[in-house]
Amino acid sequence: MRYAFIQELTKLAAKNKNIILLTADLGFTVFEEFAKKFPKQFFNVGIAEPNMIGIASGLALSGKIVFAYSIASFASFRTYEHIRNDVCLHKAPVIIVGSGAGLSYADNGPTHLATQDLALMRGLPNMTVLAPADPVEAQWATREAARLKSPVYLRLGKKGEPVIYDKTPKLKIGQGNWIKRGSNFVILACGNIVFNALKSAENLEKKGLSGAVISLHTVKPIDKKLIVQLAKNYSHIVTVEEHSVVGGLGSAVSEIIAQIPAKKPEFLISGIKDDFPKKLGSQEYLRKIYGLTPEKLSLRIAKFLKKS
Amino acid sequence: MKNLTFFQKKAKELRKEILTMAFKSQRHHISSSLSIIDVLVVLYWGVLKISPQDHWNLKRDRFILSKGHAASALYAVLADRGFFPKKYLESYGKEGTILGIHPDYGYLAGIELSTGSLGHGLSAGCGMALAAKLDSLNSRVFVLLSDGECDIGTVWEAVLFANQQKLDNLVAVVDYNKFQAFGKVKDVIDLEPFVKKWKAFGWEVREVNGHNFKQLLQATKSVPLKKGKPTVIIAHTVAGKGVSFLENKLEWHYLNLTKEQYKRAISELDNL
Repeated sequence: MRYAFIQELTKLAAKNKNIILLTADLGFTVFEEFAKKFPKQFFNVGIAEPNMIGIASGLALSGKIVFAYSIASFASFRTYEHIRNDVCLHKAPVIIVGSGAGLSYADNGPTHLATQDLALMRGLPNMTVLAPADPVEAQWATREAARLKSPVYLRLGKKGEPVIYDKTPKLKIGQGNWIKRGSNFVILACGNIVFNALKSAENLEKKGLSGAVISLHTVKPIDKKLIVQLAKNYSHIVTVEEHSVVGGLGSAVSEIIAQIPAKKPEFLISGIKDDFPKKLGSQEYLRKIYGLTPEKLSLRIAKFLKKS
Repeated sequence: MKNLTFFQKKAKELRKEILTMAFKSQRHHISSSLSIIDVLVVLYWGVLKISPQDHWNLKRDRFILSKGHAASALYAVLADRGFFPKKYLESYGKEGTILGIHPDYGYLAGIELSTGSLGHGLSAGCGMALAAKLDSLNSRVFVLLSDGECDIGTVWEAVLFANQQKLDNLVAVVDYNKFQAFGKVKDVIDLEPFVKKWKAFGWEVREVNGHNFKQLLQATKSVPLKKGKPTVIIAHTVAGKGVSFLENKLEWHYLNLTKEQYKRAISELDNL
């Protein structure tokens, strides 16, 4: 997804010299070409993420559209007050790009996991939160983020994420995108785990359980209209995210469902439990532990459908 | 060129305005505002290229009050300079006001950044100064910091960045009144040797008496002090300057004026 992002940004930067890319010293093998091509649009601020956000805000208040990049854990946690005050309070066109969403940096240990970033970013007024599912959505999200002229958190995976779409879908900020149709249940997923959600639905299909899958790439503003509609049409709703079960996509969806006056659907939030991992390993290893592989998701959803 | 008497007179008027705002609203941070008012008067009437009629002009100079808790001084200055009607000042600190204890961007002309949380102004100032460079504009960015604010790491992150990018259109002014929220600066987190620190980080430093208009004008009018280098003006100031019983007392960061004290303060200034 990082490459999809930089490819798209390169196109945008060539057309608009007011597009600036800041990095807090990360992006090795990703940004070299951009830096060379656009020396007046690329600045490495050093390992100083809060300062990067402040600089981004100052640039944005002077007419620039600023992408501020780091890995998602540093880009969101260390910088939070600066994003809140310097960016959101000023409605400044700053796009905070967090790569390595969720468990992408699993082998680097808990400090590098971005598993609470959606919760933080979703809590900020004026913020749009985008969590693209694959490189296709990532390119689209990059383009849209530059057009919005307001604060954006762009949550990217790392590299090598499978492509979900074989042809470019029609995507719109704030509107969930149907990836698969189905009648027994619906999965709402976001970000780099959408692929696994889709695979789990395909597994269940073989067992006669027909599930729809929707990419809720825009975590904020959440697609309220769609969720209300789904709550009417489906008896079972599942959310899937590579993020803590506290405050992320599952919370965003449940906030809508909880306020629906009519009969409510059964609801399951799958994500990372509210804890730090005790054992470390690859992203795949931790996904297994947290029940986010296609197999584990299928089992859990089948159980959920049977029980309720 | 305005003469020194003009600046003295203006500063005296605005000190009275600050005291009136503080008394009428029963709001504090009086000593911080009195500490910086001379610096502000010099910048707003002697240095900054700004126009209340054209306050969004991209070519303008910027002033960021990074020590947002001294907003009453900035409001008094901006109103007097014509950025908004003086009668707005009456609402300072009151219910429903847009003149908060700390300044908020987007509601009043002339406020370049919402501040109040310390350690934000210099980073944003770096961004504005960099944008001016990229757009080949001559605008300069002045950022007023408090001494206590220099405890914060982001200030020094910005200091490093400004040097790296050779932002000679960026000017930091430190209001060095030697007090911070819970004690004297030297007893809390000593900044000394302060001048050496800035020099070591690659900045051009000028030390001035922050209440001496001649020195302030000389320093602020000659920036950049050196081409390719950011400038810091370390303004030695007195917290609560201008009113004898407010000067150099930590508690006037927090206390509100009684009617007697207010009258006494005004009459002291009148008899200067």
